[in-house]
Parts: sequence; structure tokens; C-alpha cells
Amino acid sequence: MSVPGIKKALWLTCILLTVGLLQAQQQQRAVVMDTAKVKLLPGIIVRNYTDKEIIPAQRLTGNQLQRLNSFSVADAIRYFAGVQVKDYGGIGGLKTVDIRSMGTHHLGVFYDGIQLGNAQNGQIDLGKFSMDNIESISLYNGQKSNIFQPARDFGAAGTIYIRSRKPVFDSLEQTHVKVVFKTGSFHLVNPSVLWEQQLSKRINLSFSSEYLQSSGKYRFRYKRVFHDSGTTAWDTTAIRQNGAIEAQRVESGLYGNIHRGQWNVKTYFYNSGRGIPGAIVNNVWKRAQRQWDRNLFVQGSFFKNIAPGYDVQVNAKYANDYMRYLNPDTTLMYINNRFHQQEWYASAANKLKLSDHIDINLSADIQWNTLSSNLAGFVFPKRLTSLVALASAADFGKLKIQASILGSFVNEYIMKGNTSPGDSARAAPVKKELTPAVFLLYRPFTFSSLNIRAFYKNIFRMPTFNDLYYTDIGNISLQPEYTHQWNLGFLYDKNFENAFLQKIQLQTDFYYNRVSNKIVAVPKGNGMYRWMMINIGFVEIKGADMVTDAVVTLPAQALLNLRVAYTYQKAQDFTERKNGELQRITYGGQIPYIPWHSGSFTANIIYKSWQLNYSFIYTGERYHNSANIAENYEQPWYTSDMSVSKEWAIRRYNFKISGEINNVFNQDYEVVLNYPMPRRNYKIIISVTL
Amino acid sequence: MRWLKQNTIILFTLLLAISCRKEVAVFPGREIPLETPSVNGFSGFYLLNEGNMGSNKSTLDYFDFTTGTYRRNIYASINPTIPKELGDVGNDISIYGSKLYAVINASNKVEVMDAVTAKRLGQIDIPNCRYIKFEGRFAYITSYAGPIEINPAYTQKGYVAKVDTATLEVVDKCIVGYQPDGLEITGGKVYVANSGGYMGAGHTENYEKTVSVIDLHTFTEDKRIEVAYNLHRIIADQRGNLWVSSRGDYKQLPSRLYFIDRQQQKVTDTIDIAASNFYLDGDLLYLYSVEWSYIHYSNEITYGIVNTRTREIITKSFITDGTDKEIEIPYGILVHPVTKNIYVTDAGNYVSPGMLYCFNPTGTKKWSVRTGDIPAHFALLPSK
Repeated sequence: MSVPGIKKALWLTCILLTVGLLQAQQQQRAVVMDTAKVKLLPGIIVRNYTDKEIIPAQRLTGNQLQRLNSFSVADAIRYFAGVQVKDYGGIGGLKTVDIRSMGTHHLGVFYDGIQLGNAQNGQIDLGKFSMDNIESISLYNGQKSNIFQPARDFGAAGTIYIRSRKPVFDSLEQTHVKVVFKTGSFHLVNPSVLWEQQLSKRINLSFSSEYLQSSGKYRFRYKRVFHDSGTTAWDTTAIRQNGAIEAQRVESGLYGNIHRGQWNVKTYFYNSGRGIPGAIVNNVWKRAQRQWDRNLFVQGSFFKNIAPGYDVQVNAKYANDYMRYLNPDTTLMYINNRFHQQEWYASAANKLKLSDHIDINLSADIQWNTLSSNLAGFVFPKRLTSLVALASAADFGKLKIQASILGSFVNEYIMKGNTSPGDSARAAPVKKELTPAVFLLYRPFTFSSLNIRAFYKNIFRMPTFNDLYYTDIGNISLQPEYTHQWNLGFLYDKNFENAFLQKIQLQTDFYYNRVSNKIVAVPKGNGMYRWMMINIGFVEIKGADMVTDAVVTLPAQALLNLRVAYTYQKAQDFTERKNGELQRITYGGQIPYIPWHSGSFTANIIYKSWQLNYSFIYTGERYHNSANIAENYEQPWYTSDMSVSKEWAIRRYNFKISGEINNVFNQDYEVVLNYPMPRRNYKIIISVTL
Repeated sequence: MRWLKQNTIILFTLLLAISCRKEVAVFPGREIPLETPSVNGFSGFYLLNEGNMGSNKSTLDYFDFTTGTYRRNIYASINPTIPKELGDVGNDISIYGSKLYAVINASNKVEVMDAVTAKRLGQIDIPNCRYIKFEGRFAYITSYAGPIEINPAYTQKGYVAKVDTATLEVVDKCIVGYQPDGLEITGGKVYVANSGGYMGAGHTENYEKTVSVIDLHTFTEDKRIEVAYNLHRIIADQRGNLWVSSRGDYKQLPSRLYFIDRQQQKVTDTIDIAASNFYLDGDLLYLYSVEWSYIHYSNEITYGIVNTRTREIITKSFITDGTDKEIEIPYGILVHPVTKNIYVTDAGNYVSPGMLYCFNPTGTKKWSVRTGDIPAHFALLPSK
């Protein structure tokens, strides 16, 4: 094999490792079948240290993602085991993700390697991240079990890594252009363009932009029947109003290779205005609240192998986020609040190979967050977070161990902001936390791929700026909210040569989590601002996640991919109540909106240039409150989505057209009480690649 | 391809198997026997549960003295054809003549029902409606949603709506202060406690601090009586003097109870007790207060009685058997005019069911029962 040949093979290995164990085979096939991408392999820029990840992520990549009829990242995440997406409905509706029932604040979301922050309320709306231009989504419980990463990556109870597409060229190409147009229900108009250019042998440029417009209108239906006879008591169909959205996204990146290293710089800009459709309640079927968001960030990463056994990684980011909330509804309190957040972040990670078996890593991060607002009585908080992580990975062949310890030091400062002269506003006291994590992987047999894995992690989430300082509600005495996670699981996969069942993979994890010091809004006195944030809650979660993937060969060279994910969660609220009788109702109750059973099933058939996809999501019965009584019962819901796509080439142009039907069986359902979801809806996607 | 067909059939059969989703039935009420029947001039009382905002879970409970049973969540079963039931955030309830009026704040309406059967008769659309009182053939309802002014900041005064109880039509409006809450009618005047609740967050001086006085005949605001910041409830005692509560500013300024002399039409006394809610029985004003303590980071709760004649605090703990330690957030209060039994509700954590407690006149618990979410407002139904 020639030297470039070896290089190619090496790169290929890297890709395979990156896209994961199972996906590798499919990916390879998909690449072969997708004529547009047949020259995709050489010269790719890929981080080559992901092979140190001892517990693989649940991951969805390129083609798999496209098959899921997902509109946003949040839609795609529903197919992972162990997560629940809170969806307020529609294209513009808020969508937040809860990992293993620990609460949405415990999930870290990373975009192209660096965390997306929201110091104000700790919530990342994954509905804002479109699936256009996304290459992979990975979900890690605990943390990415790879020691060579910034300290911040050790700092959440669970993490989601979203990767945008990176430019990859072969020797014949210097330019890629892809134009996509999506349209369908909700008066959707969604064009996007991707342009990739090889600037030099070592530097590639990527530019991607998207425009989204939708009326957000859809029909929904509420119906009640008589208890005894089952005849209709009332039946109302209405149109969801005030869900219109208009958004623009512009993203650009430079990707470079240097001697034994690589770098990239990325700019992301998102601008949107949307209506907030709100709760449907008696006599109020239409709302008027609006929200505007403007998010800008610039980030860069640099990686280099300085000396044999010594690697350095540097990351930096600046983010500038603006949010305006308007309530012009004259029947409610008028609100016109603007919030402006900034974040500066820098991180350095150093990995040293101590011996053939042991690596250590030392990461140090520093982060500065500010928030200002025109909210009356608001202080302008600033937060300095210093993080130091020391991690070690040991590889003894059959047994791999990683252990890390994260030191977090948080200092807060306030300005007088909009407070009255007499107010004695104070900043929250300094917080210092030391939290460990241990990951184990054991492969007992050489003849079998069976892996047994286990982890323990203790981490916390900081109270948000809203928790601490929001006028009349915030509480500066709040302590962090802690989680402890214990996980035991296994992974097994097997390939079969020339068999009907080509490949199968099984993964199962059992876990026990505790969330203590949970930050909860509690009643405070009587009146308008009747809440106060305090550390009171305690939640215990026992769960099991199972994921099975299989690849089946069908006649006529057709290929069937199957995936089943199932989650069982018993997430109990053990918050002590003062009142014995109320304690009997809520103590030990399943926490709000967490189903005992949930799961998904996807099937996809590839036949020549045709693809047929079916996906099914099931969320079992739940309660919208820890008081698990009939009044708080929420129906199970399940939706079936289908799509068909066809690809063909005309000269240098590759065309693809897909048609999607979502909620095929027209189910009327709610994920969140009084937020009706769309009935059957359609989408058409046309893309042209040059 | 036959293989595929078979599997598809199996798959869909499987899907149908787990797809057993029942249609949602109208919620049937529950009946809980609590005590032996005893009619002392009243057939029973309604208890309106507020429900947290956006939950649409305002529900109606009824305690039947004639059977000693508590009937929980009766609205939907009595009015099964009303879409989305009673509504969002019940804020006040009252019986006048043969009708029961429930002020449903976030549903922007007053639900009008038959006082005996709770059967819906109609509704009065009033945006952001708060409290209700009656005089003659009219109902008077406070609302936050008056005219908007922008000079330069956005402000919106409140008003009192005058509603014909026969036609359920709004016949007149009188603009008052910002965010008017409780009201009282005595001596030919309507007294309205202005709160300024939307204005004062963060800036105490922006709260309202006056009671508006409206002449019943002209239905215009006569004058304002200065009291204190962030007023909430107002009631006239047997002599026509007024008792007004202020919420305070949730910071340094505590909640207090003020006395307005009928003759002088001004505040002549301040009772050194916080008052979240009260109920007047004869000369005795039963009250409780919930105040957030920034020292202990918990609520401090008092159950007091004030003699409206002597203007003295008789007791600061009318619950005598220790049950008060169990009550998380007292939220509603009623005293039976004949038996003098005291009814207190517990709103718990605001998002899950609360409790109703019945105490005998000496403050010992007789019984308690689970209610809807945020049990709050009472209306006594006189027996025929």
C-alpha cells in the first residue's frame, strides 16, 4: 500500500470510529449508495481522539437523522432512550429535553464541541436548532467518557453533542453547493443553502444559511365523552393561533489542518421572532405573547500533538444573546422585557501519556457570564466560573477505567441594575464544589464483543440567574442542585456474513439517580408574586434504557434498518411535606410528565435510490403532577411518521425529493397540559447538490 | 416482498395492541362523607379552587350540611357539555339571590350558575376580573383591564363593572386606581382597594396606596382615601367602618390591617398584625397571614382574631390543637355564622391538591378533606 493509501485507510478508520460502532457499517453502505458522496472519503478533517471514549454514545448520524422526519434537533432526540422531550407544540413551540428524569437543567448541550450556555434560565430550546446542516447528534449519560476534553464537558449530568456538517473534499473537487427547500403544513417555507469551498490544501470553508417562515397554524381537537354512556359530551375543533415564526440562521466555519493538529473557527448567528401560542383554557383560545431571540456566537478550537504522548487542546468562545418578551395582551400584565446575556469562555486541555496504559488530562476553563435587563427591580448579575478537571484513563486490555474530578469555583457580582435606591441587593455567596466521576468498561471474553460498563457520577447544576435574582422571586441563598448517578449496562453486537440478519446490536443500561437540593418554586405569602425559589425537592429515579439495532438484508439488494428504543423510569418525588395528608398524596409519586414506559421504533428500507422510512414514538401514561390522582392523569400518546425519498442524478447535479406524513393516524394529543399538538401534517423536501 | 408484507402486518397489529387509548371522559365528581347532617340555617357552602395559572384547573367543591358529605369537583359533572370546564384561576365566589357567581380571573369571565344546583346559567365577560360584591339588582366586579395610557410608559388603570344581575350585561364602568382588588359596598358607596400590583414589582413607591370611593348613584369616583402600599382586601364591619389589608412589598414593608373610620373617611388606626385574608363574623374578624421571612427563608404564619369593636387582637392562634403546624399555606377562611365552626384551606405547594380543615369554635380540628388545587374562596348557601 502506498503512503497516501495508508493515510486514506487511517482516515477511513477515524471516520468509522467517529460515527460509532454500529453506524459504521450502515454509513459505509450509505456512502456507497449515495452517488453524491462517493468521493467523500479522502482528506477528511476528523478528530482522531474519539477512540478513547469507553462508553459509546447513543448517536444518530447523517442518513439516520434525515430518515426521522425531524424538523428540529428536539424531534430527533425523542428517538434516544432515557430522554423525555417537553414539547409545547408547533414549529415555534418551546422544546426542552430532560435526561433520565433529572430535569432539563442537568443536560449540557454542545454545538460543535463547545457548550451552549444560558445563564439566565438554564434552558436550551432545542426546537431552535434546525436539522438542516446537522451531521450527528450524540447523547452521553454522565459525560463523554473521553478524558481529553475541556473541564466544562465534565460539568453536566448528561450531555448532547450536536455536530454540524464539516467540509470534506476529494482531489477532484473544490466546491460543494447544496440547496434545500422544505415546504408543507403550517404554511412552512424553509429554504437553505450550504456552500463548501476548499481554500487551500489545508483550509476549508463552510457557509450555511437558512430561512424559516411558518404561520404555526394547525387544527387541534378536544373531546370529552360521558363517563357511563360513552357518548360525546363536548367536541371542539379549533385552529392553533399565534404560533407564527420567522427565523434566519447564518453559520460559517473555517477548518484547517496543521502539522499533527487541526483548528477551526466558527460563527453562528440566529435571529427569530415568534408568537407564543400559550395554554388553551376556558374562554381563552388565542394568545398574544411574542418573543424575539438573537443569538450570536464565535468560537474556535485548536488541537495539536505537541510531542509524542502530549496533546493540547484549546477552545474559546464569545456569545451574545438577546431576548425580548412582549405581552401586549390587555387582559394581563403588560410586559415588555429585554434580556441581554454575554458569555466569554476559554479552555485549555493537556493530555499526557504516562505509560502505554495510562493517560492523564488536566483541563482548566474560565467563563464569564453577564445578564442585564430592563426588568424592574432587576440586579445585573455577573458570574465568574473557574473550572479545573483532572482526569485519568487506564487501559488494561479487558478493563478500561476513567476517573475524573472536577473543581468548580463560582463567584458572583451584581450591579445595582434597576433596583430602587433603598434596596439592599446582594450577590450570591461564593460556591466551591468538588465532584467526581468514574467510568468502567469490561470486556470479559476475547471471542465475543460483549461489553459491560458502569459509571458513577456526582455533579451539580448552579442556580440560574433567574433562580437567584429574578425580581421578588429570586433567592440568593440557593445552593446548587446535586445529582448522583449509578449506571450498570452492557453492549453486545454481532455481524453475520452473508446472512439474512446482517448485524445486530443490543445495549441495555440500568440506573439509579438521586437529585437532591432540587430547586423548586414554593408558595410565598399571598398575592401577585407568590413564588419563591428554594432548595427543597428530592427525587429518586430508577430506570432502564434499552436500544436494539439490526440490519437485515432483503431480496433484490434492499436493506432494512431497524431500531427499537425502550425506556422504563420510576421517578419518584420524595420531597417532604409539612402536611401529612398532602404528603400521602405526593410523596413517592411519579414526577410530572415522566411516563413509566416510553419508546420508539424506526424502520427504514433502502432499495436502489429509493428509501422508505417509518418511525413510531410512544409515551405512556403520565401525570402532570406528583399527586398521581385521576385529576392529574395524562393520556398516553403515540405517533407514526412515514416518509419516502428518491434520489437521481442529472449530469453533475444530484436531486433528492422526500415526502413526509407525520402523525399518520391523526392522533389528538398533548405532551404538556393545555398545549395541543398538531394532527396529521405533511412536508416536502427538495434538495439539489452540486 | 411477501416477507415484508407479513412483517408489516405483524408490526401494525403490534402497534394497535399497544394503541389502546381510551376517550377521555368528563370528570365525575367524588363524594366523601365527613360528618353527621346538621342544618343550622345553611344548606352548605361552595369552595372555589383557583388552580394554577395556565392549568385550567379551577374547580368547584361543595360541602353539603344536609348530608354531611363533601362533593369534590362538581362543575364538570353538573355541566358536562361545557368545553374546557370551569376555567383558569378562580378568584372569587359569591351567592346573591338565586345565583352563584364565580369570578374566573384568567378565563376573563364571571361564571353564573344556579345557587342550589350549580347548573350554568351564563357568563359575564370581564377581562382580568378579580372580586365581586352586590347591591340592589346589580353586581359590582373589579377588573385590572381598564383603558391603556402610554405617557411615556405603558399603564393600565382598573375599573369596577356594574352588571345587571337579571340580564348579565355590563351596564356601566367606573375607572379606579391601578389593579383594584377587593371591594365593599356600604352607606351608598363602593369602596375599592387599589393594589398597583403590576406597577410595584421592584419599586415599592409605584404601588397604589389608596381606596377609591365610588358614589353608587352617579357611579363615578368621589375621592381616594390614602391607606398604605399594595392594598388587597376590604370589608365593612357592623358599624359601617372599613377594614383594609395591605400586602406590603414582599421586602421590608410588612402586610398590615388598617381601620377606616366611617365618619372621618380616613385611616384612624393600624392593627399591628399582618393579614393575608380575613372573614368577618359578627364583631370578630378572623384572619390569617402568611409572610415570607428573609431571615428564616420560610413562611411565617399567624391565625388571629381581631375584635372590630375594640380594635384589639384577641388571639394570634385560633387553631389551638397544633394542626396549624401541618398547614403549609393557609389560603381561604370561613366561619359558620351559627355553629361558629372555622373552615381553613391549605393550598399546599400550589400545583397539587390542597386541603380543607374544619375546626370547632375552640380551635380543635373536626375533620379535613382533600380539595382541588389551591382551595381558596367560599360561598355559604342559605337554606330555604
